[in-house]
Amino acid sequence: MFGGIDPGLLIASLMVASVPILFAAVGELVVEKAGVLNLGVEGMMIMGAVTGFITAVQTGSPALGFAGGALGGAVLSLLFAVLTQVMQANQVASGLALTLFGLGLSSLLGQGLFGIKPPLTPDVPFGPLADIPFIGTVLFSHDPLVYLSVLAVAGVWAVLSFTRAGLVLRAVGESHDAAHALGYKVRRIRVLAILFGGAMAGLGGAYVSLVRVPQWTDGITAGAGWIALAIVVFASWKPWRALLGAWLFGGITVLQLNLQAAGSRIPVEYLSMSPYLITILVLVIMSSGRGRAALSAPASLGQNFHAAR
Amino acid sequence: MGWIVLKLEKRPSPSVFWSRATPVLAVALTMVAGGLMFAILGKNPFEAIRTIFWDPLFGEFAWYLRGQLLVKAGPLVLIAIGLSLGFRAGIWNIGAEGQYIMGAICGAAVGLAAYPTESRLIFPAMVIAGALGGWAWAMIPAILKTRFNTNEILVSLMLVYVAQTVLAMASTGFLRNPEGAGFPGSRNFSGYPAAANPELIAGSGLHWGGVAALAAVVAAYVLLQRHILGFQIKLSGQAPRAARFAGVSPQKLTVLCMGIAGALAGLAGLFEVTGPAGQISIDFNVGYGFTAIIVAFLGRLNPVGILLAGLLMALTYIGGEMAATNLGLPSAAIQAFQGMLLFFLLACDLLTNYRVRPVFKEAR
Repeated sequence: MFGGIDPGLLIASLMVASVPILFAAVGELVVEKAGVLNLGVEGMMIMGAVTGFITAVQTGSPALGFAGGALGGAVLSLLFAVLTQVMQANQVASGLALTLFGLGLSSLLGQGLFGIKPPLTPDVPFGPLADIPFIGTVLFSHDPLVYLSVLAVAGVWAVLSFTRAGLVLRAVGESHDAAHALGYKVRRIRVLAILFGGAMAGLGGAYVSLVRVPQWTDGITAGAGWIALAIVVFASWKPWRALLGAWLFGGITVLQLNLQAAGSRIPVEYLSMSPYLITILVLVIMSSGRGRAALSAPASLGQNFHAAR
Repeated sequence: MGWIVLKLEKRPSPSVFWSRATPVLAVALTMVAGGLMFAILGKNPFEAIRTIFWDPLFGEFAWYLRGQLLVKAGPLVLIAIGLSLGFRAGIWNIGAEGQYIMGAICGAAVGLAAYPTESRLIFPAMVIAGALGGWAWAMIPAILKTRFNTNEILVSLMLVYVAQTVLAMASTGFLRNPEGAGFPGSRNFSGYPAAANPELIAGSGLHWGGVAALAAVVAAYVLLQRHILGFQIKLSGQAPRAARFAGVSPQKLTVLCMGIAGALAGLAGLFEVTGPAGQISIDFNVGYGFTAIIVAFLGRLNPVGILLAGLLMALTYIGGEMAATNLGLPSAAIQAFQGMLLFFLLACDLLTNYRVRPVFKEAR
């Protein structure tokens, strides 16, 4: 069944496959830690995918492309921030609106981008390190974004666990009334968290259109944003577990693609629906058993804050 | 020195006036913002807005396009009515697109299995199978939620992607037309009268799906206004704790609301595939399940409102197609336009729940 699949290459490619959902999941984790449920991850990702693609093609620089993707995601998330933090709109409905709008706007912006190849994102030159068998393939043969995604996890973990800013952010997510009473600017902190989440989702989206695929098609993210949301639940709002979740998921994606290519006897359709089915299965396992996922969720998640005074 | 700031005061209860007025305001604002978008795309905004909102009703081809209005509004209203019950109770089924596809596949499978038998019973059997297919697909997130506390938003959405793969399997595999020379897609129902869903009145665009949508509007209205179940749905959404004290079982309500939404979405899928679409094909679904979410909100989760919102949304579909052919407006523009409408609606809702009051603030 695994015949002809090199384990080193498999691990290397699962790390690459997990980058988009890892960026989006880490961003959403911060947003949810601040007590905001943004269901618009898919919309922000696809906006990042299209703006990143356009920027990279226009400037010829992949680095600027990724910056453009992050900016595109952040700009769209600003809309969500205005709706939920200023206009006090329902967060579930606003997130859905963000996804529907993002899908429409991205295919509008993506008119005439079909068939264009984006500039190549080069791997980080590790020199001879990359030639070490197995370890070289797994650790030293990636583009900068793969390392950046792991750094992002480490950074978010460190900030949330060890800094004052992280403590304030968590306080806002656990009890916005108490945080407000202590004098913290609940809405300002939440807007900043939403923008961070948008930028990370946009970065993940840009990775899809610039490295993973790499070209532009409508609906290019194909549900990756929703899977990122599921991974946050899987991770019980803990950054390192999000990394684990994203890699597991990337592993399934890569494995099913490899099986398809290797001409496995399992029909292609069953393989391509497997990532979604496994996501559901993981959600079931994480949510059942004395409602453990529900217990670790931030207490103010999804509730709007309105200061009476 | 000082300045004026706008201060929000929460209303004791939502304003009745603003809850009726905000959809109208949101449509007006969307026209302005959409006009700007069309202008950026290099089109004449006034011409574009007229093409989308006026020409389908009163223009040159209105005699044909007015019929299309019911064809498109039927499935939107049918799905949105089901979704609105759940949304009111705080149950977020956003996978109606998947339930729509599964309903269509199950219903079509019954019809195709009976081919070429001619019997009056075939179409009713297909309708039942379609409703059951959508219902069963919606039961997956419902049961997982009640049994394992799983988030229904994520599960129902994941199942849309699964349903799309099943659809691909159906149209290239188990439901493919054996006389279709290997092309994907099932037999066309227009050539099989016992299973077809034709126009009931020539030129009106009304088929059984439209009739079902109207029936659903009436039933939902009665349910919400006159039935204890409707009261329980509203109560669970507004005060979940109070509902539990009143003896409302959240589990039962979840299963019920998801089931109704799934069955109605399945029906919409079946009527579409036997009528306007004609056959099961890889892309017979055009996203009605997602647009219906906008319709439900635009209609204020109110049956009569949903009927009006469904007609309006159908108008933007038809007008959007017109604008695409006549003005060369990209067809994706209309999708962005519909998303924008939901944004403005949610933003304007501020006026329903809050009073905006200018306050004079002293400089510090």
